[in-house]
Amino acid sequence: MSEATAPSKRPGLAVWLPLGLFAAFLALVFVGLYWPADREVSSAFIGKPLPVFDLPPATDERPGLATPVFKQGKPRLLNVFASWCVPCAVESSQLAALAKQGVEIDGVAIRDRKEDVARFLGQYGNPFARIGKDDLSQVQLAIGSSGVPETFVVDSKGIIRYQHIGDIRPEDVPMIMRKLAEAQ
Amino acid sequence: MTAPISSHRHCERSEAIQSVTHTALDCCATLAMTRVWVWFIALLALFALTAPLAAQDMLPPAPYAYKQLADPKQEAKAQALMETLRCLKCQSQSIADSDAPMAGDMRHQVRTRIAAGEDPEAIRQWLIERYGDYVSYTPQVKPITWPLFAAPLLFLALAAFLLRGRFRRSKGA
Repeated sequence: MSEATAPSKRPGLAVWLPLGLFAAFLALVFVGLYWPADREVSSAFIGKPLPVFDLPPATDERPGLATPVFKQGKPRLLNVFASWCVPCAVESSQLAALAKQGVEIDGVAIRDRKEDVARFLGQYGNPFARIGKDDLSQVQLAIGSSGVPETFVVDSKGIIRYQHIGDIRPEDVPMIMRKLAEAQ
Repeated sequence: MTAPISSHRHCERSEAIQSVTHTALDCCATLAMTRVWVWFIALLALFALTAPLAAQDMLPPAPYAYKQLADPKQEAKAQALMETLRCLKCQSQSIADSDAPMAGDMRHQVRTRIAAGEDPEAIRQWLIERYGDYVSYTPQVKPITWPLFAAPLLFLALAAFLLRGRFRRSKGA
C-alpha cells in the first residue's frame, strides 16, 4: 500500500460533493414544502378546436348544445356549471352582467336533473342561450375541465382560447370581456 | 379580495358534519370545565344552524362507474388503467379509488372505451391531451422526464467511477 504511506494529498473539493448534493436535496425539499399549493388543473386543450359534441337540452326553456353553434363567427362563452354547485350560484350575477353586455353564453349542466336546473335558473337568472345536459361529464372531460364552475372563451372559429377556473368574480368581468375581444 | 367559498375554487363533495355523540357531563366538572362545555355546545349549535349545503349532484352514478365489464380480460385492462389515472377532484386518489362523481364518470369513460376495443394507452393519451401529464400517475417518457429515467443509470455510472480505484487496489494487493 504505497499510496497510503505516501504523504496524503490535501482532500480536494470532491470531499464536499456528498454534503453539497445533500444540501441541494434539502433545498429542493423545502422549496417544494413551502411552495404555495396549486391544485387547479388547467385544461391542456387551450388553442385547440372544441371537440364535436351534441348534448340534449338541460331545460325546456332553452335548446340543447352542439358544436356547430361555436363556429358562427362570433366568440362565445362556454360555462360549465351545475345547480348543485354553490360557486355557480355566486357567479350568476357576473354571468348576467356579461349577458347584458351582449356576450353570448352557452351552458353545460354537469350531472343535473331538469327540475333542478329549472329551479336554479328561476332562482339565479338565466343568462344562457343554450344549455346542454351532460350527465356523464363527457363534454367536461372532452374539453379538459376538472370541476364546476369553469368558463371557456371560444373564438369565432370554435377554438378554445381561454379557461377560467372557478367562479367569475366581479373583478374578473373586464378580463373576460378582454379575452372575448381578443378571440374575435 | 373576497374570500373563496372553499380553499379550492371548485365545488367539492361536502362532507356531512359527523354526528358528535354528546358524552354526559361529569358531575365533578369544575366551573372552568363547564364553561368550556357551554362554549363547545354553543359552537355545535352554530354548526347545526348552518344547514349543510347540497353540494352534491342527485344523479345516480354512471352505468359503468361501479359496474365491472362482463369480459374479465377487458375489466382487468380497465382496472389497471384506472389505478394509474388521477382523480381530478380528489387529487391524491386514483379514479379507481375515488367515489367522487367525476371519478365515476371517468371510470365509465375508461370502461366503455375499453369495451369498444380501444387501447388503454390511447385512452391515457386522450386524457393527457386534455389535462396534461398530471392526470397520469405513470410517468411518460418525454424530454422533461428524461432525468427520471436516466438518474438511476447516471448514479450507477457515478458509483462505478468513484469505486473504480478501490477495485483496482484490492486486485493489486
